[in-house]
Amino acid sequence: MNMPLSLSAFIPVLPEIFLVCMAIILVVVDFSYPRNREMLGQFTLYSGLGVILFLFCQKPGIAFGSMFIVDSYSVFFKMICLFGMIMTILLSVQYLKVEQIRQGEYFSLMAFSVVGMMIMASAADLIVVYLGLELMALSIYCLVGLLKDDARANEASIKYFLMGGFSSAVLLFGITLLYGMTGTTDMAGIASYCSQNAILSNPALMVGAILVLCGFFFKIGAAPFHFWSPDIYQGSPTSITAFMSVAPKAAGFAVIGRFLLMAFPESHGQWGSLLVVIALLSMAVGNILAISQTNVKRMLAYSSIAHAGYALLGILSGTSEGYSSTMNYLLIYGFMNMGAFGVVILLCSKESRRESLEDYKGLAKTNPMAAFLMLIFMFSLTGIPPTAGFIGKFYLLKAALVAGYTLPVIIAVIFSAISAYFYLRLVRYMYMDDPREDFVAHYSPGLTTALVISAAGVIGIGIIPGSLLDWAARSLVGF
Amino acid sequence: MQLIFFYILAIVAVGSALGVIFNRNVVHSALSLLVNFCTVAIFYFMLNAQFLGVVQILVYAGAVVVLILFVVMLLGAELGEQVPAWVTPQTLLMVGLSLILLTVIGSAVFEYPVQGTHGNLTTAAVLQYGQVELIGAALFTDYLLPFELAGVLLLVGIVGVIWLGRKTSSSQ
Repeated sequence: MNMPLSLSAFIPVLPEIFLVCMAIILVVVDFSYPRNREMLGQFTLYSGLGVILFLFCQKPGIAFGSMFIVDSYSVFFKMICLFGMIMTILLSVQYLKVEQIRQGEYFSLMAFSVVGMMIMASAADLIVVYLGLELMALSIYCLVGLLKDDARANEASIKYFLMGGFSSAVLLFGITLLYGMTGTTDMAGIASYCSQNAILSNPALMVGAILVLCGFFFKIGAAPFHFWSPDIYQGSPTSITAFMSVAPKAAGFAVIGRFLLMAFPESHGQWGSLLVVIALLSMAVGNILAISQTNVKRMLAYSSIAHAGYALLGILSGTSEGYSSTMNYLLIYGFMNMGAFGVVILLCSKESRRESLEDYKGLAKTNPMAAFLMLIFMFSLTGIPPTAGFIGKFYLLKAALVAGYTLPVIIAVIFSAISAYFYLRLVRYMYMDDPREDFVAHYSPGLTTALVISAAGVIGIGIIPGSLLDWAARSLVGF
Repeated sequence: MQLIFFYILAIVAVGSALGVIFNRNVVHSALSLLVNFCTVAIFYFMLNAQFLGVVQILVYAGAVVVLILFVVMLLGAELGEQVPAWVTPQTLLMVGLSLILLTVIGSAVFEYPVQGTHGNLTTAAVLQYGQVELIGAALFTDYLLPFELAGVLLLVGIVGVIWLGRKTSSSQ
């Protein structure tokens, strides 16, 4: 495999290289020109947009042997991650001032973690997957703990670090088993070795694959690997919570999809039944435990567990419709979740974080605009038409139904109905109750832009879903 | 002969690993960890992976254990200080569950062993070029991307640690 390395071999990795350079520049500029810190956010924002534009016109390619694949599947997921980063930057500008967080390293670590996610989306080799995952996770551990004076943030960071380290160990153990059995860490190589030697139903191989999947399930926060998420979502700075609920999840789904489709394409029956259990358990845990929450961020954490369960429905169906519906759903989830966290940030001020559900009482009378936006996002998270959440869920359920998973679909619909209770309870608080305090929400240009983008996305995709669906379906051609 | 040596070493390795957990003194735990790392290094030597063995001693025994001892020293844990007892019903339940999981995985792996294809690094190649050269060549050709990624990973570690270790902005 010793092929001569030329510069053109690096072209598929250019976006990642660019982002790494940018992250390094951010640290250096923050250190050398402390006066210009205000500009760093904008700098990151525009470079993120630049990378998205570059991805649009990037040609499919393979780099570094076959370790790094650029196809439209990976590009779609990379765009979700970059979208998450851009929205988080828009949400952050005001929030960083309120919480007095230094800017340079904040944006730099965020860019580094996005590089990790992009690597994960493109990786076709388990070693590269692991390194991308660690790059993503390590940056997020630091970002979670950035409120150093806050005991809860410290707890969240340490907890996430320890549990993340443990899940990485499980993942590595699984990779070791797969490597020992097949002699390769290349996903396509694993598949061809398994089918040539007819060892697909070998229990030891299955144990290896299951351990690898466990490591990935931890990253997407699916039950029963969800124990970290409520505490960590609550403890982290809200902008980082928004980021964590969208971008790493998309990267995790990208890896799960590629791993199952490339390494184990022939044993769909086996991993299908495993994914059914995980998906249903996630929906049950997420939706039922969310009912008893009194903190908005904790409630959204449980809701994100449930949504991971819904999104798994698409992958478990194993068809290209299923995959494209999962991809759609993750993008839609990005819009609505970013929006919901945007409203949470909007209400946050120096005196009080206003994260309790009680704080939303009567919001419609004091801040009608904020309440209306929250209403849209809550409707979308519940899956009520004509919002995007409905479209996303509809195609997921349809794909699972076509693939023959009738009972899981019925249960998913029931859980979706249960979820209406806690989403709409927030709406009831905002519209039916009397305000407890009178306060003015502080709109800033960045926050307003983010809220407008997410509201437009939620409504726009809900009314005209065609173009997004086409795009996601096109992304699977040639995968 | 080699098998007997392996079993003795295996007993030492498992015993020292248990010592890490069961010792109620942090410094003793760290020293057990050192013994464990060294036995693992000897395993590498027995598998003719000399380079890995040396790296294991340098990095794990040399750097990691020293770092752990530094942290223990900086946090001021004295030799006599004891960690609280960990034998509670909850931890025993966890230990039981872990043992069941370990048995399931272990029996699956030992009952149905399959050996994958061997790579192109044969004994003849090792004799001709040397181990370090072959590992270096593999790192900078086939595994260039993971190698560079590991570099970025370390950079993130440095940035994160400096940031977290710095005084808070409010106190500046």
